[in-house]
Amino acid sequence: MKAAIVVFPGSNRERDAVAALEAVSGTKPHLVWHRDTELPKVDLIVVPGGFSYGDYLRSGAMAAHSPIMREVKARADQGVRVLGVCNGFQIITEAGLLPGALMRNGALKFVCRVQHLRVENTDSPFTKKYAKGQIVRFPVAHGDGNYWTDAETVKRLDGEGQVAFRYVGDEARADPRGNPNGSVSDIAGIFNAKRTVLGLMPHPEDAVEALHGNTDGKPMFEGLVEALS
Amino acid sequence: MSAEATKAQERPVNAELAKEFGLSAEEYRNALDILGRTPTFTELGIISVMWSEHCSYKSSKVWLKTLPTTGPQVICGPGENAGVVDIGDGDAVIFKMESHNHPSYIEPYQGAATGVGGILRDVFTMGARPIANMNALRFGSPDHPKTRHLVSGVVAGIGGYGNCVGVPTVGGETNFHPAYNGNILVNAMTVGVAKTDRIFYSAAAGIGNPVVYVGSKTGRDGIHGATMASAEFTEDSEEKRPTVQVGDPFTEKLLIEACLELMETDAIVAIQDMGAAGLTSSSVEMAGKGGLGIELTLDTLPMREQAMTPYEIMLSESQERMLIILKPGREEVAKAIFDKWELDFAVIGHLTDTGNLVIKMYGETWCDMPIAPVSNAAPEYNRPWEPTPKGEDVADSVFDGYSEELGDTLTKLFGCPDLASKRWIWEQYDSLVGGDTRFMSGQADAAVVRVPGQAKAVAITTDCTPRYCLADPVEGGRQAVAEAWRNLSAVGALPLAITDNMNFGNPEKPRIMGQFVGAVQGIGEACKVLDFPVVSGNVSLYNETNGEAILPTPAIGGVGIMPDAMMAVGIAFRGEGDVILAVGDTKGHIGQSIFLREILGREEGAPPPVDLAVERRNGDFVRGLIHEGLVVSSHDVADGGLIVTIAEMALAGGVGAYLTGFDGQHVRVLFGEDQGRYVLAVRPDVAATVQEKAKAAGVPVAVLGETRGTSLSGRGGEIVSLKRLRDANEGWLPTYMSAEL
Repeated sequence: MKAAIVVFPGSNRERDAVAALEAVSGTKPHLVWHRDTELPKVDLIVVPGGFSYGDYLRSGAMAAHSPIMREVKARADQGVRVLGVCNGFQIITEAGLLPGALMRNGALKFVCRVQHLRVENTDSPFTKKYAKGQIVRFPVAHGDGNYWTDAETVKRLDGEGQVAFRYVGDEARADPRGNPNGSVSDIAGIFNAKRTVLGLMPHPEDAVEALHGNTDGKPMFEGLVEALS
Repeated sequence: MSAEATKAQERPVNAELAKEFGLSAEEYRNALDILGRTPTFTELGIISVMWSEHCSYKSSKVWLKTLPTTGPQVICGPGENAGVVDIGDGDAVIFKMESHNHPSYIEPYQGAATGVGGILRDVFTMGARPIANMNALRFGSPDHPKTRHLVSGVVAGIGGYGNCVGVPTVGGETNFHPAYNGNILVNAMTVGVAKTDRIFYSAAAGIGNPVVYVGSKTGRDGIHGATMASAEFTEDSEEKRPTVQVGDPFTEKLLIEACLELMETDAIVAIQDMGAAGLTSSSVEMAGKGGLGIELTLDTLPMREQAMTPYEIMLSESQERMLIILKPGREEVAKAIFDKWELDFAVIGHLTDTGNLVIKMYGETWCDMPIAPVSNAAPEYNRPWEPTPKGEDVADSVFDGYSEELGDTLTKLFGCPDLASKRWIWEQYDSLVGGDTRFMSGQADAAVVRVPGQAKAVAITTDCTPRYCLADPVEGGRQAVAEAWRNLSAVGALPLAITDNMNFGNPEKPRIMGQFVGAVQGIGEACKVLDFPVVSGNVSLYNETNGEAILPTPAIGGVGIMPDAMMAVGIAFRGEGDVILAVGDTKGHIGQSIFLREILGREEGAPPPVDLAVERRNGDFVRGLIHEGLVVSSHDVADGGLIVTIAEMALAGGVGAYLTGFDGQHVRVLFGEDQGRYVLAVRPDVAATVQEKAKAAGVPVAVLGETRGTSLSGRGGEIVSLKRLRDANEGWLPTYMSAEL
């Protein structure tokens, strides 16, 4: 699997994404600068976390109009898989690859913690290595993760299997805290209609080795390698 | 703007103006003597910040010189932007802690944010990529009307800045005490890693070499910030809000990447960030260290505001700016990098052989004075000081009338502001970015962050017990260093060196100066015995409001190294059936303990004494056990004593403890804060081995019980459930912060 990671000047989790992709695929991903207008031929494009252009305006709003994003959209239209994590989710949503919007967290505070998620749909290269309904733990670290869309769209997303992950609490692990940001219907991540694009707030790339405390993010990258190699 | 308009804004230079700028009458006379004339308005401004307490360390220098600063591991001690320590394999760790107290009280969000920005620059300016931030915060009483607002603003500011630049904030400490009602402390620490052969220093060299300005544009923010930080607060300190700088973490992120990229070329001769006193201190220090002169022409300097005067430009503390001396002819190479990152880049002058600082603008010269005489004449005071009278441990009679159930006492302690969980704070910090965080502080006694791309890890801690320092500054200084050393050892790291952030009141008062002197003596002694030298530091004095001083707070930032991040041990109990051991001697010293303050309502007595030789022996023993893989959980014994330590380990792991080691013991044994102690959990099959090793090493070890169940219990049944402790512990801060402002 060949992958490219889009790097904005304020990206700060691109190194985490490089490490995760390289560890699982054995291949170093290409780093593509935000001012570039072309992407190498790849099977997967990752838009990583961070603060794109500072995000003093609505997160991802400016980055969505950067030169490289035109190319990302074109590739996505051709079916190239796109993974947007955290700021990347905000950017690809602002760019129109996914429906809805991401707003300030309900509590108006940045939140960083390990969060329990439920896998809602395993019929995608991103989630094929999980079991439906499986509870996984990924860290979250964001200030603007409050996903919103209207009730009708939520219904459609659910009906068409476009909800990828939901925030849940886990009483068994003495962590009853679910939704960390007030997102509608506890949505943590969604697919596009063809399930070739995934945007999610939590960070699977920071849950891939023993040092991270759990490796629940690894199957996502393994699934992609399996599907795209 | 023109020369005429500038002059029209200038005020007549005389003793009165000098006083307003923070210079004493004697210091002003000294300035006249050195120059042999009346300084210009710009020159007076420059001299006043150079000689401010904040920049000149005039009250503290004579004592700081006594601290041990060398060792085989030390590559660069105090005097540069940050300390540099060898961690093997051609790698170095670069770190420093610095205060941003005065600005954070006046404008908590920006004050704290720019504190983080400033300390990051001190570290990456030396060639290091920052890998971790920490902070030590002290707030006033929770009942004080400003405290909630200050906590909220400071925490949001630290998070807002650190999260954006992509450096994990991996913990720290937060205390509350009424002595900080009028002066909070915001001490921020950054740790970075670099290659030992790619470290950059600030001494300028090469006559004619270009002086380059990069980063944000210069505005009028922060003018005389260093002077503000060198004075007590009074009723009208709110009016100083304009002297607080405004941070832009996105620009800082660009600056980090651009500087590190430039450092991969061979274009740089010297580099320094513009921190306190901005362009003045950076240009004067760089030229001064190189024994050269520097000539700046400010017309091309990137400015954010119109019609700025040379005085304003030289004294501005606008953030995210660096000064670089380039090798001749490398301007284009450097400019291309800063263009890529869309940062301002301007050649604003060159080095000269005159030894003078020359400032030109609008076709005229506004400053032309010799650097060395002015720098060397920076005042150095040996201020009068009084030693703090020593107390004794409190008598047993303090316990008269105490008959509370142990479970109730523990629940109270776990819900008191100093021991309550600070989750509300640290969940606002991105502690994981970079993917190298093994432990935040709180999960282990020290944060453990892997060196990127390697197995080895750096351990980091910040420590100080101000109530000990108030009662006995020497013992308190010793204790702060010993606790940092202990916290590093408790995770399995080899302690390497410290940075000290000395926060005190007004040094012109002999009692306060005595606290400072005592703390330095204690720190120095501990550093020597523990081979734990001071490699960087910062002094913040005049933390007083209307004559009320803070508790003496010499915050210690300690750094250690371990060969493998996965070898580190956290505090959490990991399962049932492990044997709980106490390492070190328990005598039951209760003076100045948390128990005495929170349960008996008394802040008195001497702090627990530190025996540095014992400290070292016990710490080396624990670290050795961890390296041999014999330890499951490890926690040093600090606030609250043995029983609180065990309860913290139980809460962290969700596994209780069945305790037999306290049967028939005095309550002193439970809550005493004797030093040099650890609680370990070990697997039952190695418990005997560990005890034998302890005997051989001459280290006292006692079995306290075993991990079991979901409560603390003993032969008499349940003492307290973990759920009750957790509710008290997790509940206090969110409840407090959600109340009406």
